[in-house]
Amino acid sequence: MMNPAVLIASVYVFVLAAFLGYQVISRVPPLLHTPLMSATNAISGISLIGSLVLAGSKGYPLQAHILGFVAVTTATINVVGGFGITDRMLKMFRQRGQAKKEAAK
Amino acid sequence: MSLTTYSLSTYFMEATYLIASVLFVLALKGMSHPETARRGMFLAEGGMFAAIVGTLIGTNIVTWVWLIAGLAVGSIIGAWMAIWVPMTAMPQRTALSHAFGALAAALVGIGEFMVNINELGPIKRGALGFEIMLGALTTTGSLIAAAKLQGIIQGKPVQFRGQNIVNLTIFAGMIGCFGYFCYDPHASTVFYAMLGIAFLFGVMLVIPIGSADMPVVMSLLNSYAGLAAAATGFVLGNNVLIIAGTLDGFSGFILSVLMCKAMNRSITNVLFGGFGAVIAEATATVDGVMREISLDDAAMQLAFANRVIFVPGYGLATAQAQHAVRELAELLEERGVTVKYAIHPVAGRMPGHMNVLLAEANVPYSMLYEMEQINPEFSSTDVAVVIGANDVVNPDARDNPKSLIAGMPILEVDRAKSVIVLKRGQGRGFSGLENPLFFKSCTAMLYGDAKSSLSHLAQAVQHV
Repeated sequence: MMNPAVLIASVYVFVLAAFLGYQVISRVPPLLHTPLMSATNAISGISLIGSLVLAGSKGYPLQAHILGFVAVTTATINVVGGFGITDRMLKMFRQRGQAKKEAAK
Repeated sequence: MSLTTYSLSTYFMEATYLIASVLFVLALKGMSHPETARRGMFLAEGGMFAAIVGTLIGTNIVTWVWLIAGLAVGSIIGAWMAIWVPMTAMPQRTALSHAFGALAAALVGIGEFMVNINELGPIKRGALGFEIMLGALTTTGSLIAAAKLQGIIQGKPVQFRGQNIVNLTIFAGMIGCFGYFCYDPHASTVFYAMLGIAFLFGVMLVIPIGSADMPVVMSLLNSYAGLAAAATGFVLGNNVLIIAGTLDGFSGFILSVLMCKAMNRSITNVLFGGFGAVIAEATATVDGVMREISLDDAAMQLAFANRVIFVPGYGLATAQAQHAVRELAELLEERGVTVKYAIHPVAGRMPGHMNVLLAEANVPYSMLYEMEQINPEFSSTDVAVVIGANDVVNPDARDNPKSLIAGMPILEVDRAKSVIVLKRGQGRGFSGLENPLFFKSCTAMLYGDAKSSLSHLAQAVQHV
């Protein structure tokens, strides 16, 4: 059974993260809303660390390892694919001079 | 995890989590400008890497086979997606990634139920229930959305009589299972019933929603996927999961609200409104004729204009016409025409869809204007060119209080001196609404595939 103080701390973290998220994300211009979505998606691929524990921990039954394997796979797809594609998109957003130069190449 | 088991490696792991959390927030802060966004994402990637290494060192991992296999398979598929998915397929890709993220959260939840259920207190069981429900319904919902966007299943809303009652019943069943599971954590039948019903509910939630409402649905699913990850954090007592999940969840929520505002509808209206159901009766016929224009005349108009605004819509994406429009715009600029692009927040199938497509075609972002910035400029514009957009330029939204989209903010192209509408055929748009813009005297229609029309226009402009 878990210590209630830890749980309360978790609630604090949640509420403060929500507040911070609101402040930071409402400053993102509509121009970058698609990269924003794929970036937050990649970041929430952090559930990978929960999946890793499930896939590899000592004394877990085989079914748990298999579930963990699938979870590691899908979460890794999100992390690798999400960061990769976000970078690919952000590379395309250029200012006037840069865009001309790239097009000339 | 009790305090007594804390060893040096555990402290190291917690330190990497803290670093990752800070870097994630800095990354999103970087997103506030295109200049800083890429650097920000490198920070997030570093944070992610640190957290993964920290986890591998700090937790008691003994079985490496499954873990390495998962990382390898996931990396290959992920890298393949990152490199090969075309920009026009970005909405589908994003929907799929919502499904993957949510599925990972749901699976971790099932694993936690199988292994650790006896150690979970009542509040954590509640969080586990949320994780399972949100994870499962987001998985199937996102898969349906991706299939609709990819055209595997038809984009039209699937509706039947009593749909809302059926959905409410399913929802009540899911909540009922959730309640019973909180009361009796060992009832595994109820637990798996909750999982199954949540999968079903995800399907039912998305099938009645039409393609034009996809930006809202995408944002909502984004939000759910993030909240599922945050719930995982609660169950595992892991702060970085809570933080990353919450950031994702709130980002999706903020985008949903923005998208709804841009359509002047509420979220409940999008989810349960049945947009398609009332169309048949409410569509008024508009008197007048649509005037067709020849390519040469259109090219002439553009070439001798002072100010031209391009208004892209989903049609630009389907025709893959982003490069063609940029070429035409450059030719016009060389002739001294001032060219701008007007982007409606819900143009396309996901937030920011048009911006990404035009950026891909090397259009500098300083030429892309948001609705509020550009609307005052239409009255001093010679030609507004509408490319595969319909509802977002429908003047009925502003003028006709009886219209289904009344009150939706629009790009006021009808205030321009003349309007050229590039359209595939005479049919109505995705919403099925008649668009009076097409019948105005200032409007001329140029039928055909947007890509070939634009490249022909470019050729014609060169010969003017």
